[in-house]
Amino acid sequence: MQTIDLQETGLRDLNQTLHAQSETTNQTAWEILNPKGAHAIACGLDAPIEVTVKGSTGYYCGGMNKQATINIHGSAGPGVAENMMSGTVIIEGDASQYAGATGNGGLLVIKGNASSRCGIAMKGIDIVVHGNIGHMSAFMAQSGNLVVCGDAGDALGDSLYEARLFVRGSVKSLGADCIQKEMRPEHLALLADLLERAGCDAKPEEFTRYGSARKLYHFNIDNAY
Amino acid sequence: MCGIVGLFLKDKTMEPQLGALLSNMLITMTDRGPDSAGIAIYGNELPGQTKLTVQSDQPEMDFPALEADLSAHLGCAVSMHVKSTHAVLAVPSGLSGPARAALASLRPAVRVMGRGDTLEIYKEVGLPKDVASRFEIATMSGTHGIGHTRMATESAVTTMGAHPFNTGDDQCLVHNGSLSNHNSLRRKLRREGMHIETENDTEVGAAYLTWRMQNGATLGEALESSLTDLDGFFTFVVGTKDGFGVVRDPIACKPAVMAETDQYVAFGSEYRALVDLPGIETARVWEPEPATVYFWTHDMPPHSSSKAA
Repeated sequence: MQTIDLQETGLRDLNQTLHAQSETTNQTAWEILNPKGAHAIACGLDAPIEVTVKGSTGYYCGGMNKQATINIHGSAGPGVAENMMSGTVIIEGDASQYAGATGNGGLLVIKGNASSRCGIAMKGIDIVVHGNIGHMSAFMAQSGNLVVCGDAGDALGDSLYEARLFVRGSVKSLGADCIQKEMRPEHLALLADLLERAGCDAKPEEFTRYGSARKLYHFNIDNAY
Repeated sequence: MCGIVGLFLKDKTMEPQLGALLSNMLITMTDRGPDSAGIAIYGNELPGQTKLTVQSDQPEMDFPALEADLSAHLGCAVSMHVKSTHAVLAVPSGLSGPARAALASLRPAVRVMGRGDTLEIYKEVGLPKDVASRFEIATMSGTHGIGHTRMATESAVTTMGAHPFNTGDDQCLVHNGSLSNHNSLRRKLRREGMHIETENDTEVGAAYLTWRMQNGATLGEALESSLTDLDGFFTFVVGTKDGFGVVRDPIACKPAVMAETDQYVAFGSEYRALVDLPGIETARVWEPEPATVYFWTHDMPPHSSSKAA
């Protein structure tokens, strides 16, 4: 286990040290102490290492992640795991706005609640939130899966493309072109796998699926002025 | 961008540390806006007196004889405490209006930053650390306070464009965001007789709240109607004589984190601002909901009221 204390080591040194790890590194376990809400912790990693952050983080923790597993033992600030490509980011606490925004791949697990715009413009990432999510979540989401074990706020899935949204609790309101859809066997299987990987004991049958009505993103002459 | 902070103490034994804690919170937010900074402190109350915090760009000219001149003009005792470009004038209760009028003729270059029984406002162009040290904020004791560090977008970087803005006796406002309808609202409020000095958007927001309250609204009601009447982005933190409140616009892009323990309620644009507060590790930490007015006072239990966006 390698330990880096942000009270003693600068953020740039920390990230350069983590960036220097290769696919074949033997130093696979890293612990970061005293994050104290600092920005851009463990951003841009590209190695199969496991990083544990002992505390709460600021903007953009785990952004652009590839391969790495990042555990945040605290809450995360805005833009956690933004544009993640692969790997896993697990947040023990809550996540601020636009968690997992534009994510291409990998798994983001939020064990508390997520704030507004969770999964905005997501492009293939899987996001599992154990608690609730705020308004405008999955806005213009293109692909990937957003699983919410609690409730969703206003305007869920507004202007949605092809992402799949699964909500166990209530949805305050659906955004434009987002509709409830039937849950087919393949969705139940997909959901069972995601819930298991996210360490969540909710049952797939308890969820409702939402998706795009596909009326907004095709050109429609009736919408022209 | 801008950074805002607030600290409301429940534990009286922490009051001597208010200025130091609040300054440190604001200094942590420096990289959210380095143009200008300001802090409002709710400090001690002088029996039978009310305070005017005034500012001058030429304090060596304006301040030396001001105490005596104002005292002679008003025909009563006035005390003055000078700190750098600011001075706090204590006048008998009920005379803040005449004192303001007298200042306009005695010292036309002096600007009033704030007025109230306990409120003092200090703000200048510069970094939070420089503004805090210039006014010795860290030595100040008080019950609660709010602070702001500015990244100017809507108007010039000047003392008068810095926050907090005084909205009425013992009331002030800091703002992160930008209002889009401030020009039309300024014209409307000026027609209603409101005095607005600058092209700053937040000053219009502050004048709007003052106008609503002059017409019978409570601060809570004024904040709720601001959700309808103000267009743009805002996270507001407001201070009153015995409390402080928070409201975010319905979109809630501008960040906000709050922490509460048995000793205090704290607000920061980011969690970073809160990390050095005592007991933060076990505090309840959360983000205030959009379009919801939160309020804490010493007399009432905490409450919030939400309004549909």
